[in-house]
Amino acid sequence: MSAPDTVLEVKDLKVHFPVLAGAVVRRQVGSVKAVDGVSFDVRRGETLGLVGESGCGKSTTGLAILKMIDITSGEVKFEGENISSYDRSRMRPIRRRMQMVYQDPFGSLNPRMKVSEIVGEPLEVHGMASDRAAYDARVASLLDMVGLLPDMADRYPHEFSGGQRQRIGIARALALDPALIICDEPVSALDVSIQAQVVNLFQELQERLGLTYIFIAHDLAVVRHISHRIAVMYLGRIVEIAPRGELYAKPLHPYTQALLAAIPIPDPEVEASRPQQIITGEVPSAMRPPPGCRFHTRCPKVMEVCRSVDPSMRDRGGGRAVACHLYDT
Amino acid sequence: MSLLSVRGLSTEFRTERGVVKAVDDVSFDLAAGETLAIVGESGSGKSVTAMSILRLIPDPPGKISAGEVVFDGRDLLKLSDEEIRAIRGDRIAMIFQEPMSSLNPSLTVGLQIAEPINLHRKTPWAAAMDMAVELLERVRMSDARSRVKAYPHQFSGGMRQRAMIAMALACQPQLIIADEPTTALDVTVQAQILALLKEVTRAANSALILITHDLGVVARYADRVCVMYGGRIVEAGPAREIYARPRHPYTIGLMASVPRLDQEAGSRLVPIEGSPPNLANLPPGCAFAPRCRRAVDICRSERPPLVKSAPDHLSACHFHAQLSAPVGSHVGT
Repeated sequence: MSAPDTVLEVKDLKVHFPVLAGAVVRRQVGSVKAVDGVSFDVRRGETLGLVGESGCGKSTTGLAILKMIDITSGEVKFEGENISSYDRSRMRPIRRRMQMVYQDPFGSLNPRMKVSEIVGEPLEVHGMASDRAAYDARVASLLDMVGLLPDMADRYPHEFSGGQRQRIGIARALALDPALIICDEPVSALDVSIQAQVVNLFQELQERLGLTYIFIAHDLAVVRHISHRIAVMYLGRIVEIAPRGELYAKPLHPYTQALLAAIPIPDPEVEASRPQQIITGEVPSAMRPPPGCRFHTRCPKVMEVCRSVDPSMRDRGGGRAVACHLYDT
Repeated sequence: MSLLSVRGLSTEFRTERGVVKAVDDVSFDLAAGETLAIVGESGSGKSVTAMSILRLIPDPPGKISAGEVVFDGRDLLKLSDEEIRAIRGDRIAMIFQEPMSSLNPSLTVGLQIAEPINLHRKTPWAAAMDMAVELLERVRMSDARSRVKAYPHQFSGGMRQRAMIAMALACQPQLIIADEPTTALDVTVQAQILALLKEVTRAANSALILITHDLGVVARYADRVCVMYGGRIVEAGPAREIYARPRHPYTIGLMASVPRLDQEAGSRLVPIEGSPPNLANLPPGCAFAPRCRRAVDICRSERPPLVKSAPDHLSACHFHAQLSAPVGSHVGT
């Protein structure tokens, strides 16, 4: 049973991409296990951060929840409704309630459309504006919500800076009054001085509209700032999930510890006194993940059992769970 | 005496919208063995500064219009093309953000590392290839002897950047310029590569210019910092001094706008309003004035010169003397 305020439940989600070979007869020679058994839930009004390095499956998880890619197995429940097997047409009404904000504010906006069309398009597609006046009023209020001026409605994307384009993308995502917004690296393409503007906007909108976010990013400092809970992913799995305070104060999984240690703190005095524990190696291929614990090839605390036995997620109380043999007892 | 002394360097680009001054009157010094970080956002002029030092600016549309770049006693801007080519990759090496675009995809990695040794040192190929293996071992590439025969596409992003560092080290340069060397890499790999770069430059007593937008990277690795904005240096000094007592509103604003892992989470960030300036259309006064909370009339009409604000600390703000509040007190809330 899920709590009534649960917006999204993901259970044992798997997304495997077939790898084909052969010039004439294409046959499957393997599969990339981009997401390989991921479970979590998201409560109304909260922000769940999904962090990890490239290839960990964080973006694929986001796309799978929106059903923008096929899921191999597992269950996705949105506002109590199991949407795992929904096709395009059955997803249509769901998409209204679930939106996405993308990383690249340059590539994700149609350059031939005016801002008013970009922001208003979802209203038309879903038949949400009764007439022209209602449409215009809604677009104007959306622009205002994200801090853009009304006279910007008639301009084209190229006339805007990166930060402004991201605001346009957010306005479009808000058009249909969604419950959940999946934000995929929404600030990482922006200049440092602009990132804080957009992060603050996300927080203001959440307070005002009661939005729920899944915030996907590789920048742990930004994720910590905006998220209530954080799931750390590695090679298609969640290795640790915890409320923000606990995760950063006392990371349990050696990978979480390594990620945090790798992030430099913008203060030379602090950096000089910080132990530098840098893990070696790089993320292995998701086509052939290591046996046992997937992190064992890079783990500074690796034990014999880690090389053969895949650790399962263990509840540590207080909303924390970790998948690591160090906590087997 | 400094190894590198840049004086009044200006670089322009002729564009459809007129002449753009990408680098405007930039001066700094760098001693042997020192790491200098040039920090700035897109369009600040940090990369063009680096490219200008090695005269890698495509002309046209670019042109180094003024200044001197004195390296080891010689002004690089006055050298012939042949003389500057002899310095590139030998005395000064460069590492770029995207190793894939600076490695030749059709040559083995070993050959590319051995090439500058053969070219600059006239070392025979066989011996140069042996040195390539040693260099790959020095950048901690496992299995170096077989990896020299591999092609760049067979390497991961981190391994390519290691190969680039090996190539940069090949002729024991006195100066390495690294332009956002880890921006394309994952966080754990970024930490590995930067630590390696710091270690090998320290071991060889090479100077390092690290071009980055990441204030954390600067704090961990740099001895000195130049902060650039709108094509100019707006603040410069030792890293510890700049972080403890920033004396330019842009630097102060940047530091307040980035979330830090060692500070209380959940509070609102203090952003810098507005966007970085358009170099083709810079305001007449201080380039930061349109975004500065403290800007008054003089800031909009007169460009503040880069002056000594404290011993060994330069600032280009009319009000640098009033800006000595420590960042911890969260300026501008």
